[in-house]
Amino acid sequence: MGLYWKLFLSFFKIGLFTFGGGWAMVPIIEREVVDKYGWVERSEFIDSLAISQSLPGILAVNISIIVGNKLKGVGGSVVATLGTVLPSFIIILLIAVYFTTINTNPIVERIFKGIRPAVVALIVAPVLTTAKASHITLKTVWIPFLAALLIWQFGVSPIFLILAGALGGIVYYKYIENRMKK
Amino acid sequence: MIYFQLLWVYLKIGLFGFGGGYAMLSLIQHEVVEKYGWLSSQEFTDIVALSQMTPGPIGINSATYIGYVTTGSIWGSVVSTVAVCLPSFVIVLLTSRFLVKHQESVYIKSIFAGLRPIVVGLIASAALLLMTGENFADWKAVVIAAVALAVVRKTKVHPIWIIVAAGVTGLLVY
Repeated sequence: MGLYWKLFLSFFKIGLFTFGGGWAMVPIIEREVVDKYGWVERSEFIDSLAISQSLPGILAVNISIIVGNKLKGVGGSVVATLGTVLPSFIIILLIAVYFTTINTNPIVERIFKGIRPAVVALIVAPVLTTAKASHITLKTVWIPFLAALLIWQFGVSPIFLILAGALGGIVYYKYIENRMKK
Repeated sequence: MIYFQLLWVYLKIGLFGFGGGYAMLSLIQHEVVEKYGWLSSQEFTDIVALSQMTPGPIGINSATYIGYVTTGSIWGSVVSTVAVCLPSFVIVLLTSRFLVKHQESVYIKSIFAGLRPIVVGLIASAALLLMTGENFADWKAVVIAAVALAVVRKTKVHPIWIIVAAGVTGLLVY
């Protein structure tokens, strides 16, 4: 079995068995690429996580690109990413084709009436956990508040806020640096 | 035309979707609900629920689904799914080399320090935008949300089970 094929199957499995995406996928990827196949050293894997997380895009796709690239260059990246993406693609496509008709079914409508508020609650939960993980203090707590308010009430595109955050980080660093010199 | 719009929107989502998963939601929502009106906020919530119940990253799931419903064709799904991955290819391949070399750079560190609190705000806005009259039709919906939040905060129950339980509750009380 060629390495490309192995890479594809391995990432296909990762894409197929991870629900919710993001960090839920990480332990499964680690088991496959570090423990089972030894394609990547554990320390390398942690570095690639940091890079994947810091860059834009889908976390699992970013990791697939890095691992694939390490093994087989750009071709490896393409194969690994295809593996990660295909399971969701196929499943969601099937749902999209049939869901529009299911959606008008009154039983399905009742089920979704119960699901919708729960989904909103599921999104509220990571606000609290990420706030903790990002070491938000009393001095910085206005930033997420302002960002949320601008998007929610004023329809500002999140893109501007991401750019502002990056710029703000540099400006703040420069400010601290200047103050240290004085 | 719609294909170009899909391509453009999902390239943008792939390019500016920092923090993954829920943080990407506010961006997807801004584009597909607020700006282009491809989905109502109710439909958007349903996609989030479906993404939780099906395998794979939410960014891929939403791209595949929205690509199909806006065009009625598999090609719509292909275009938006490829588009959402494409920026990652370029950026990850180029910067993974660069970043490894300059990991200790204070500029890169300060950029990420500035991004972190913003990402928290992005996730919060996704939740706020979904707190609509459609999603919270009555007090029963508020109770469902409160219980779901308490369970996800206090226990290790997987979100899939919370969604399943909420669906059963909906069937029973509505």
